[in-house]
Amino acid sequence: MGSAVGVIYSKHQTRKMFVSLQKLHKQIDELNIEWGQLQLEQSAWSSHGRIEKIARNKLQMTLPRANEILYIKQ
Amino acid sequence: MKNKNYKPHYQFRRIVVLSVFALVIAGLFWRALDMQIINQPFFQQQGDARHLRVVPISAHRGDIYDRNGEPLAISTPVDSVWVNPKEIKNDLHRVNEIAKTLKINSQHLRNKLTKNSNREFVYILRQVAPDVGEKIKALAIPGVYLQREYKRYYPAGEVTSHVIGFANVDDKGQEGLELAYDEWLSGESGAKRVIRDRLGQVVDDVERIKTAEPGKSVQLSIDRRIQYLAYQSLKSAVKEHKAIAGSAVVLDVHTGEILAMVNQPSFNANDRSQLKPGVYRNRSVTDVFEPGSTMKPFTIAAALETGRWHPKDNVHTSPGYYKVQGSTIKDMRDYGKINLEDIILKSSNVGVSKVALSLDQEQQLDMYLKLGFGVNSGSGFPGERNGNLRTGHLSEFERATMSFGYSLSVTPLQLARAYSAIAANGVVHPVSFLRIDDAVEGERVMSEATAKKVRRMMERVVSPKGTANKASIANYRVAGKTGTVHKFISGGYAEDRYLSVFAGMAPASDPRLVMVVMLNEPRNGKYFGGQVAAPVFSRVISGALRLLDIAPDDLTYVQKKNLKVNGESA
Repeated sequence: MGSAVGVIYSKHQTRKMFVSLQKLHKQIDELNIEWGQLQLEQSAWSSHGRIEKIARNKLQMTLPRANEILYIKQ
Repeated sequence: MKNKNYKPHYQFRRIVVLSVFALVIAGLFWRALDMQIINQPFFQQQGDARHLRVVPISAHRGDIYDRNGEPLAISTPVDSVWVNPKEIKNDLHRVNEIAKTLKINSQHLRNKLTKNSNREFVYILRQVAPDVGEKIKALAIPGVYLQREYKRYYPAGEVTSHVIGFANVDDKGQEGLELAYDEWLSGESGAKRVIRDRLGQVVDDVERIKTAEPGKSVQLSIDRRIQYLAYQSLKSAVKEHKAIAGSAVVLDVHTGEILAMVNQPSFNANDRSQLKPGVYRNRSVTDVFEPGSTMKPFTIAAALETGRWHPKDNVHTSPGYYKVQGSTIKDMRDYGKINLEDIILKSSNVGVSKVALSLDQEQQLDMYLKLGFGVNSGSGFPGERNGNLRTGHLSEFERATMSFGYSLSVTPLQLARAYSAIAANGVVHPVSFLRIDDAVEGERVMSEATAKKVRRMMERVVSPKGTANKASIANYRVAGKTGTVHKFISGGYAEDRYLSVFAGMAPASDPRLVMVVMLNEPRNGKYFGGQVAAPVFSRVISGALRLLDIAPDDLTYVQKKNLKVNGESA
């Protein structure tokens, strides 16, 4: 009788843990999706072409000419 | 008329009825025994076969990063929609809903399903965004399933497409490094057992038979910033000079790492729907060309190595041409009596031929071989060519033409590697597409003194007196050599078709970067290597020096007010 209850108990525990394992796997999956999308989004925003365009057109930035550079020697 | 003592004789009926009962019970017992114990495995299996399924779990393909950890290829999960046409037969009227959700033609889809009605697996649309997949699942149409897959994205697009290559829809590497490192990148699919309901929807996961093993990532030697710079500069040069194609390679001198490798024409690895064959080719390693005058420094290095030649030794180049075994080698004009330095500066074919023929064949060829000409660079890139360097007995004319870069062929990568020997004071390193953190053992191919002497000669090429002043970079010393090569077409060398080449290094006092630029057939008037290829070098390397924080080594022309020593104006 005792062992029968024990079997039931352990089976129940297994199921419960399996369910939570499944949940965690699903979470991993979802986080992976999000991570991938964020990475893509970041690289789209930070693409060199876009930064160059903004720097040149919107912020009016240019590369300093040779005579505008100040060299500091230690 | 009733008799109280009447005792009916039902005994017989009773026995019959009871034994029928007993038989039925025995039959039930036997059936129970049969099903529960004797044939249990069979029934279990049949039951499982009807609702348990083993489904594969696709594994995450490893990502590819540049040397600073910027993503160059990443896989994100997507869903692929597939149907079992046999199961959907009764619900064909719902096909419109699927088509609408996926934004595809519903008539097409209907035809596809009717045509494949005997099949059990047909893809409707592969690699849809996960939120669209959720909508399909919500429709709950029997026989429609989702399959988790991974889609490959290339954030840098066409800037890195030749080097990275691409993987196909099944996550198998097809080209470039995706193919070269396919085994390392691809994971191992897992498997899980699931319970399905009558309609075949997955109800529950039962057990994980094998967890999916994700692929490993790769960190390349490529620097995405320099790669972008090289890509932009090469692209605009190819456009400006109306060239057919072009290649550029930047190497780290001390490690042999490939910091940038770009080609024109390029393609976008994310959208390969309209592609002409040939654009996939990473011309920097798969195409060979005759290096022309960019070969001369190596011939001079071979001469210096013998100890019989010195930079100031004179060679007679009059009258501007030189007959070898009945064939004529020509210079642009008669340079008269010039020394080795001037042979490089003025790029004299006659001069370098005479120097080469004063050497033994072995002395000349050994230098080329040690520098890696005609030998695979060992980069491991798929489809890499070895170039062509003939050995065995050579005629004097062949040796003379080799001394100025004809009768042999190289890839842009091989040429860059050979130049890195001069840059690294005579040591050549194996090239690598992977980031290297430890010092690499190189192989000495010429003495330090020789390398430095040749470098000094090449610095004069970039000076205002030389052919490649356009390769110069403000505040840095640059060494390099131009090449303007007659293209070899069937039947001989074309008079009016050229390759424009520039190979150089900076900062010349202690070079860190080597770059080779090659433009194939510029058709807009200009075609000299110094006019067409050298400006690309200057643009890319000046940017790269700044990005890599490499200190200027030539401040002689910096105005005094712009130079501060220890905080004080000097």
